[in-house]
Amino acid sequence: MRPFAYERATDVRSAVAACVAGTADGAGAVYLGGGTNLVDLMRLGVVSPGVLVDITRLPFDEIEETAGGGLLIGAGVRNSDLAAHPLVRRRYPMLAQSVVAGASGQIRNMATVGGNLLQRTRCSYFQDVSKPCNKRVPGSGCPARKGDHRNLAVIGQSEACVATHPSDMAVPLAALGAVVHIAGPGGSRQVPMPGFHRLPGDAPERDTVLEPGDLVTAVEVPPLPFATRSRYRKVRDRASFAFAVVSVAAALDLEDGMVRDCRIALGGVAHIPWRAERAESALRGSPATEAAFAQAAAEELAGTTPLPHNAFKVPLARNVVVRTLLDLVEAP
Amino acid sequence: MTTVAAPSAGTALDRVDGPEKVTGRARYAYENVPADLAYAVVVQATVSRGEVRAVDADSVLQLPGMIATIWHENAPRLAPVEDAELTVLQSPRVAYRGQVVAVVVAETLESATEAARLLRVDYRPEPHDVELRPDHPGMYRPDHVNPNYATDSELGDPDTALAFASVVVDATYTTPAQHHNPIEPHATVALWDADGLTLYDATQSTSGVRATIAPLFALPPESVRVISPYVGGGFGGKGAPHAQVVLAALAAKQVGRPVKLAATRRQMFAVTGYRTPTVQRVRLGADEDGKLSAIVHEAFEQTATIKEFAEQTTVVTRMMYAAPHRRTSHRLVRLDVPVPTWMRAPGETPGMFALESAMDELAVACGIDPVELRVRNEPTIDPERGLPFSSRNLVACLRGGAERFGWAGRDPEPGVRRRGRQLIGTGVASSTYPVYRMPSQASARAEPGGGFTVRIAAADIGTGARTVLTQIAADALRVPPAQVRMEVGDSALPRASVAGGSSGTASWGTAVLRACEGLMDALHRRAGDVPPGGLEASADTAEELRSQRPLSRHAYGAQFAEVGVDLDTGEVRVLRLLGAFAAGRIINPKTARSQLIGGMTMGLSMALLEESVMDLEFGDYLNRDLAQYHVAACADVRDVDAFWIEEEDPDLNPMGSKGIGEIGIVGTAAAIANAVYHATGIRVRDLPIRLDRLIGGGI
Ligand SMILES: Cc1cc2nc3c(=O)[nH]c(=O)nc-3n(C[C@H](O)[C@H](O)[C@H](O)COP(=O)(O)OP(=O)(O)OC[C@H]3O[C@@H](n4cnc5c(N)ncnc54)[C@H](O)[C@@H]3O)c2cc1C
Ligand code: SF4
Repeated sequence: MRPFAYERATDVRSAVAACVAGTADGAGAVYLGGGTNLVDLMRLGVVSPGVLVDITRLPFDEIEETAGGGLLIGAGVRNSDLAAHPLVRRRYPMLAQSVVAGASGQIRNMATVGGNLLQRTRCSYFQDVSKPCNKRVPGSGCPARKGDHRNLAVIGQSEACVATHPSDMAVPLAALGAVVHIAGPGGSRQVPMPGFHRLPGDAPERDTVLEPGDLVTAVEVPPLPFATRSRYRKVRDRASFAFAVVSVAAALDLEDGMVRDCRIALGGVAHIPWRAERAESALRGSPATEAAFAQAAAEELAGTTPLPHNAFKVPLARNVVVRTLLDLVEAP
Repeated sequence: MTTVAAPSAGTALDRVDGPEKVTGRARYAYENVPADLAYAVVVQATVSRGEVRAVDADSVLQLPGMIATIWHENAPRLAPVEDAELTVLQSPRVAYRGQVVAVVVAETLESATEAARLLRVDYRPEPHDVELRPDHPGMYRPDHVNPNYATDSELGDPDTALAFASVVVDATYTTPAQHHNPIEPHATVALWDADGLTLYDATQSTSGVRATIAPLFALPPESVRVISPYVGGGFGGKGAPHAQVVLAALAAKQVGRPVKLAATRRQMFAVTGYRTPTVQRVRLGADEDGKLSAIVHEAFEQTATIKEFAEQTTVVTRMMYAAPHRRTSHRLVRLDVPVPTWMRAPGETPGMFALESAMDELAVACGIDPVELRVRNEPTIDPERGLPFSSRNLVACLRGGAERFGWAGRDPEPGVRRRGRQLIGTGVASSTYPVYRMPSQASARAEPGGGFTVRIAAADIGTGARTVLTQIAADALRVPPAQVRMEVGDSALPRASVAGGSSGTASWGTAVLRACEGLMDALHRRAGDVPPGGLEASADTAEELRSQRPLSRHAYGAQFAEVGVDLDTGEVRVLRLLGAFAAGRIINPKTARSQLIGGMTMGLSMALLEESVMDLEFGDYLNRDLAQYHVAACADVRDVDAFWIEEEDPDLNPMGSKGIGEIGIVGTAAAIANAVYHATGIRVRDLPIRLDRLIGGGI
């Protein structure tokens, strides 16, 4: 492992300053959350930062209520604590379910909300420094396209990269329209989801809209009363401790057998947590029936462009969307 | 000494080394820290075929703590031996991607790791060929298959029998490459001194490593000592030494200091062996009552260009069912791939997936219950060897298992049972494993202060061997197990066979028993008096084994599975798994149960999850960590149970035991695949049974 400097930040300002200073130094500086992804990637040589700015002592490990019934979740909140929080479980069941569906108990105890949102793709080539990968080494090529891409994207991918974003938690956050709070060298700003993660385009090395030195300080989940009727369904090869093949986060607002409003997002299908806006608008005002759900799913998935070995994700995603919505209709 | 203890064999003695293991006192190979230790890290080829043109050792010379870079130009010469997997760093040739092309040695693991990452190696690459296809022009007929079986067999006229059979099954099955992934990675600490070479190694055979490594360094075997008291699993991957053992010894020799070398998890996917992928065609011909007239089983497999390993995939078919007309064969192709090796029940594991899936297809085609179909085809003697069976209780396992599982009244109609959104199905498959016994030596010693020490270079790789041998010794010495100290895992102890082929208890147990009997005789002659220097007896079973009657000796079993298949997603979950086994006398029900359900769990893992994905462009296995190479997690293993039926077989060994380390994995995957068919009506002939194979199959 390459030598690196370790700094422990105590407040947001000094954290950002340390990161900016480290970045200017050449080898680059990054924030260290729970380290469950970053340290693995350092071991593999995928990233070799010169400075690690440890942000786990920053005072952003609280979950607060916002006016109107939303939540402000500190970026340092551990995944386990997020999933166990009574307000999260009551107001946004799909968010709690998604976190529990991810990784293992030990990893969730370490992992932070910020780190979860910013975890890198699990594409095998990305993790193997002996091979090309546009995301790791821009311009080197994308062997996944011809090679192993069973777990990779079916929608929104580019010639340059077909990776997926692996986070479970990000899927309901995208459905909920969560807002990412950022403190950067030039001040603070807020970026709503979707919009925080990027499609690969011709710059797959950039997963998000963050600029060097930007620190995620919190994720704000807006109020959404009908999200109490929500659900996260994760399809995976192994019964636990496996990334999603496909996942769905959905919330339904029903009135007299009609869909008044809904939120749907898909995981495991794209470079970003995929908000199914077409399906949502198809469903608003339509009857809450299997036929209508299937129609909405089909409209969303009409835009997919699967590769030879992951075409199965399209019918899989359709089935899971329909089933999750039906489950929500039947839910008490 | 006069106390007569109740026999320990047959009781569930706790592992005698349990406390050491759970308190961390048990020291594994990598945990040895001799004075002046240096750390070695390997550099792996990034081309899959070609030549190393240059290694730029200067590129890492300046790094702090660097001691040496070793590659083919400066490595100590090894004596030429046949096994090219072991003659490391002797030539510029690269035979597969991931092969070790250099080793860097440094003061710390971190420095060595960094140097290995930075070392510049220049290659002259050549196009590679890494894809196993049954029609590959390079397919050839090996001289024999592992360990020493005939490559092909033929009896009667199977082609004509198939042509005239009223029911024919003709299907092709595939199994992927699989990696052992024991919890403890392969590791070696090597140190040279005036006496020769000492290796702290993670191995299934200290005697074997000594015998294999000594000639490479032109040493007499006595000058090599291999110490391996605790091993964190092997599954065959540690059955024979791989490159890292030689590399550690070679590096230690070069730098004149003790050297430690471990394969990382990722490296293990290239340098420590794996199970070959297979393509298998099975043809069964039967009459309307399901009585087999013909069985043809052909296997196509891969091996490396530098070493032949021919898995005995279809050998099991030679003894499983009666049929007058039969043929089995193995064809191999040498590819630019890593070297395959033994992995838990090599041969039987992939072979029985195909044969037992085909038997299920035959049951469906004939409209006969799959348990009944197997019973109908039960042979009276070994069908190809013509020998009587020492004991064969397959039918008892099938019937006993069926009863416990609740098989009776099973509706054979596929795809009709629903529980919520799951389709439910059940399946069965037979299981079997040969009874091997290999020559071993042991010594037993009465200590002057009381108690006994029994020594044998056996290996306890987590199986419970140390415990079971303690029980065998205690009974022979007629004392409680607590009075016996069992020493294993050191080549300085009396020579023993490998922990492989499920032969440990039978082979080592015989030697231990004979040594203890010899000691009892000696004590008897001295009226029980132990002289001040202690009293010792030893045994060698070579002669006893030679005089063994020729019989067909095998353990048998039947595996029953219930699965739920999600209608929407194709996710398969095994709801229940039950194994019924007949494996001679069970010496320790606790460790036996662990072996059986452990094997079944590995079989479940093979059925649903395990697959090493060959990257055709780059020529290596791609999913080289446990987040990508899935082994079953606890949540996959819901209800796994095993039981055994009493079996008296006087023609095995003095303990009356058959091996149980491997039989648990044999047939599990077929039972699950058959249950998936019963649940869904979709026959998955390619492992693993991933959800896309069911979604694609139109569930
Ligand atoms: C074996 C395994 C299985 C897993 N399975 C799943 C799964 O099924 N589902 C799933 O969703 N996840 C899974 N994970 C991933 C896990 O959720 C992530 O590793 C974890 O959430 C990352 O959080 P962290 O705090 O450890 O991040 P770190 O590793 O510390 O950081 C990750 C990245 O985020 C950056 N970063 C961290 N915090 C901030 C911040 N506040 N502002 C700006 N940048 C920041 C870091 O610089 C780094 O680039 C798995 C991980 C492993 C190892
Ligand atoms: S899909 Fe993206 S991450 Fe994977 S190899 Fe291609 S560029 Fe790299």
